[in-house]
This record gives sequence, structure tokens and C-alpha cells, in this order.
Amino acid sequence: MLLKWQRYRGGIMGRIEGVFARRKKPAFIGFTVAGDPDKDTCMRAAMALVEGGTDILELGVPFSDPVSDGPTIQNADERSLAAGTTVDTVFEIVRQLRKKTNVPIVFLTYYNMVYHRGIDRFYQEACEAGVDGILIADMPFEESDDVYETSLRYGIDLIFLITQTTSNERIKKIAARAHGYLYLVAVLGVTGVRDTVSSGAINLLQRVRKHTAIPLALGFGISTPDHAKVCAGAGADGVIVGSAIVDIIEKDLGNPDNMIGNLKAYVEQMKKAL
Amino acid sequence: MKKKGRYGKYGGQYVSETLMSALIELETAYEAVSGDPAFIRDLASLQSEYAGRETPLTFCPNASQELGCRIYLKREDLVHGGSHKLNNTLGQALLAKRMGKKRLIAETGAGQHGVATAIVGAALGMPVEVYMGEVDTKRQALNVFRMELMGAKVIPVTSGTRTLKDAINEALRDWVANVRETYYLIGSVVGPHPYPQMVRDFQSVIGKETRRQMMKKEGRLPNTIVACVGGGSNAMGIFYPFVKDDVELIGVEAGGEGIETGKHSATLCIGEAGVLHGTLSYLLQDADGQVIPTHSISAGLDYPGVGPEHAMLKDSGRVTYTAVDDPDVLDAFRFLSRKEGIIPALESAHAVAWVMKNADRFDRDDIVVINLSGRGDKDVAEVAAIQGGHNGKD
Repeated sequence: MLLKWQRYRGGIMGRIEGVFARRKKPAFIGFTVAGDPDKDTCMRAAMALVEGGTDILELGVPFSDPVSDGPTIQNADERSLAAGTTVDTVFEIVRQLRKKTNVPIVFLTYYNMVYHRGIDRFYQEACEAGVDGILIADMPFEESDDVYETSLRYGIDLIFLITQTTSNERIKKIAARAHGYLYLVAVLGVTGVRDTVSSGAINLLQRVRKHTAIPLALGFGISTPDHAKVCAGAGADGVIVGSAIVDIIEKDLGNPDNMIGNLKAYVEQMKKAL
Repeated sequence: MKKKGRYGKYGGQYVSETLMSALIELETAYEAVSGDPAFIRDLASLQSEYAGRETPLTFCPNASQELGCRIYLKREDLVHGGSHKLNNTLGQALLAKRMGKKRLIAETGAGQHGVATAIVGAALGMPVEVYMGEVDTKRQALNVFRMELMGAKVIPVTSGTRTLKDAINEALRDWVANVRETYYLIGSVVGPHPYPQMVRDFQSVIGKETRRQMMKKEGRLPNTIVACVGGGSNAMGIFYPFVKDDVELIGVEAGGEGIETGKHSATLCIGEAGVLHGTLSYLLQDADGQVIPTHSISAGLDYPGVGPEHAMLKDSGRVTYTAVDDPDVLDAFRFLSRKEGIIPALESAHAVAWVMKNADRFDRDDIVVINLSGRGDKDVAEVAAIQGGHNGKD
């Protein structure tokens, strides 16, 4: 029997689904902010992540007020916007990436970016550009009716966050609407590098697992191969790394060649640990 | 309201999943105390014995003479702390205490809400941390000192525009990280449900008193009520009890250097629907949905969003929203000081300025109530600096 999340595209397997269906070990999900530090360098950085072995590429659509993000990603949003990145630029980046790679691309953004453009228009453009999933950081389940209906029409996976404060009752409701994977937030707090993966994160993984068969990816605060090993050992289907990648970009803003080399090497090292 | 927490299409709860459990907890707790006689009694007692309510509804003979109508001021400047903000912080801090929260956090623009939170923190024995844009800590240094004097920690915010919007961003980030023990005490009718409703309810004491006092003094309701609008809490507080009456309601936003210059905070005048800080409302944003920097001479109005209930009242036409520019605000600041011996906060001076500019529309018998939401002591240094240290030429 097909699960609900495998049916909605008329039974056609999406790219994200394909990653988890084929996987032999946990997926590595790498994040960077679209247009950081500028469009061309971002394209190179994204391709370096892919060449290093990134299984799913998350692109942040920069927003002026990213309240779920810590300083690292907030600064990346500011760099990108200062370089003139618009929503048009972000779609253009996806179109160009699509000429080079078939890796699933997921947008991470905030509600106003989608709402202001028009939910339908945003999804249509995302679909045409080749976006596979969208996560809206400030859209809880309760506010997701319009976006959910639209995401089904365009066959774009709606990815939800689940956190340590999410009740079991909510997990069930959220999982029923989720496609692709569930993004489990490993910390209480905003994005940013942390020293360790907390026991709370592992407990959350085990708790959510009881309620759904959808792949579970852990993110927020994960940066080292040791973190990746802990997540893999606990049974995560994927690990998500954002701020650690943005740190590498930020460190070599003046030397893009170094940046690209370091990004690729970083992903290779993380992949090995999984 | 169709859905809980909705004002027409506006409102809602656009927050990260981490905060949803906290909002649900808050909603439940607020519903429980709303009908609880002990809570209502405790709050009423603090309002009268500690905050100094009820505040007078002062008739202004000189301003009335000058402007050609009957002008009353609702004297929220006389509330302890110097503004209407304490009405809300008393209510929310009592609620936080009942919920067993250990720590209060708040954002502040002009510093009035920060001061009001510091006051309740000291009075109720709860530690307070206040996020304040670095720009605002400089232009409202006196309020920083007051907050610290009362034991609050003031955290200058250096991200983004370094004003109120970014102070809210940082407070939200703090709340996400410390959600179990921390109560986020929002200072205006903004943010996710239940904040807009809760803050309006706590501020409605302004309008309820005004109605009672006006009936006693004049035997009828006023023709017009005027209030300044930043986030919109003093305006909702005085408007709400009159929404169903035949009373003209005017909300005055900050026109800054002029709406045409782009340097203003006139969200309802020229903004578009958008989501910021957990609520769908009017928002000042660019063609791509990025929130744009605002400007006002008054830090308390310097905010690109506005409460969702105001958005609904604008669309329905029940309230007229307009704006006045900085120079007119300074004129009003001086006018009220000289004519009545009352120095208004620059925020409240927007409402005074609107009445001065529109005095022609009123007959001698028309009653106009201005919500004097705060006192201007905090602004004196700023105005002196703008005037080059001397007090005008006339």
C-alpha cells in the first residue's frame, strides 16, 4: 500500500522521496543562503556542496527579518540582500542549478516572502524552476491550509518543523500534512553551531518515530562529523547542516577559491561520518 | 471573528513551531484569568493603588479656545511610569506569575514599555531583560537609566535597523531559546494571537474610563477621539469601547519627514498586507516583501508593522488612519506645553498635531478627546538637540 505522502504526485516519485528510497545511509542535507555572498559565488558554493556529496540542497530565500535564525544565517541573509538578491534572483539560481544537477532543492524561507508574491504564483514559479520542497519557518500547522492545498497542486513537498516543545498530538497532525521529510529541530533556540547534539534531540527523534513513517532529518546546531555520527547512530534518516556551511563561506569571502575547496572537503568529511 | 485570533483576514499565529506550545499555554492561561474574579480584583487593586488609575479626563480651556472646539485629554501621561504602557504590563506580569514563569523579557522602542516592564518586574519580584535597538538606547538614554535603576537588564540590539523591529526579532529569538521558563511580555497589540487581543483588553481600561468620565462631564459621548498609532496599543485601548458608537475615531501615524520621502512609519496609510512578528497585518515592505526601514522623530512609533485589529478597522472604514509629519509634531509638542503646561510624549504629540491641523473641521461645541498616551520628559533632551538647545523663537 502506498503511503499518503507517496501518492500525491500521481504516484510519481519525487526527487526527495527518491533520495530516501535509495539511501543506504543517512542523507546529508546542506544549506546555504541563495545569493550569499552574491549570485555567482552562491552558484559555485552550491555546486561545491553537491560535488562533495550533498544529497539534498536547502536554499535559504533571504528575508529582512529571519527570526528563527541566529546571527550566522542572519548575516548571510543581509549579505545576500545587500548584493541585490531578489526572489527573481533566487528562482534564477535554481534554474541554473537545474541545468547542472538533479539534486533535490528545498527552499527555506519565511511566510511573508511567499505571501507577498502570492502563494500560487510563488509555488508555480518554484515548480517551473525545479524546486522540490518548501519549508516556511514561521508557518505552523495552524496557518498552513492555503499553502498545503497549493503545494499539493504543484507537487512540491511541504516540509514542516517539529521541535522539542511539539506535543504528540501536534506531531500526528503535522505528519499527516508533511511530505518529503520532517525537519526535527535539535535544539531549543535559533539556528547556529553548538558544541554537542543534545539528548533532547535524540529523544525527539525517537518520539516522532513512533508517530510517522516519513523520513526524519535532524537540524539546528549540527556541525561536526561526531555530531553526524551521533544522529546516524540514533536512527536519523538525514542530518541538516546550515550555519557550519555558512561559516565556511563567511570565512573566505575574499577568497572564493579557498571557500569552494573547503566546502567540498567539509561535505566529504561529513558524508564519511554518516 | 471567523477564526480564533483573526480580525477579518488579519491576525493569526505565524511563529516557529517551537513557540506554538507556548502560545497555546498562554491562550489557555489568559482565558482562565479573564473570568477569574480573584485575578480581576488583583489587577484592579494594582491599577488603583499602584498605577494611579483612574487617570483624569482633563478639559483644556486654552487649547480649546485656540482651536475652536472642546478639547479633552485622556491623561495616560499620569499613569505611574509616564505612559499607558503600565496598563498592559501589570496585566501580563500578573498572568506570567500565575503561569509560574520565572523571567520576563520585553522589547522596547522609546523605552516606555521597557520601563513599564521594569516596574512590574521590580514590583512583582521577577527578573526582567529588555531588548532595545542600539539607536533607541542612544536617543532614549534616560529610559535606559530608569530601567537599569529598577533592576532590569537592557540589551542593546545591533542587528538590522537597530530599532524596535529588531528588538522584537531578538526578543523572539530569546523566547524560542528559553521558552519553558520565560514569559515574553509584548508591549503592543501586535505579535501572534493571543497578544493582540490580550493587550487590547488590558488597555481597554483607557476607553472604558473615558466613556464614563465623558458621560459624567458632558452627558454625551465625544464627537471625535484621536490617538497616535505605532503598534497601536493606546489607540486600541481608547477606541475599542467606542467601536460600536457614533463616535469618529482617528488614528494618527508617524509621517516622519513626509510620506513622499519614504522616511516615515505610516504603515496603515501606505503599507500592504504582510506577515511580520507572528501576525498578518499591514506592513511597510518593498516589492519583494522585504520589510523596509522606517523613520519617526518618536522612537515609539518607529515600527513597520501595526496591530491586526487596526488593519481590519482600516479596511472596514470604521477608523480613519492618517499621518502627520515631524515638524508638525514638534509644533504640537511646544503648543501643548505652553498652552496647558502639559509636555506630551512625541508619540502622543502626533495626535495633538492632527487636531491642530484639522481644527477647521470642528464646531465650537464639538468634543474632541485626545489620548495623551505618555508624558514628554523622556523627549526633552532629543527636542532640545533638534532645536539647537534653545526653546523656539516666538
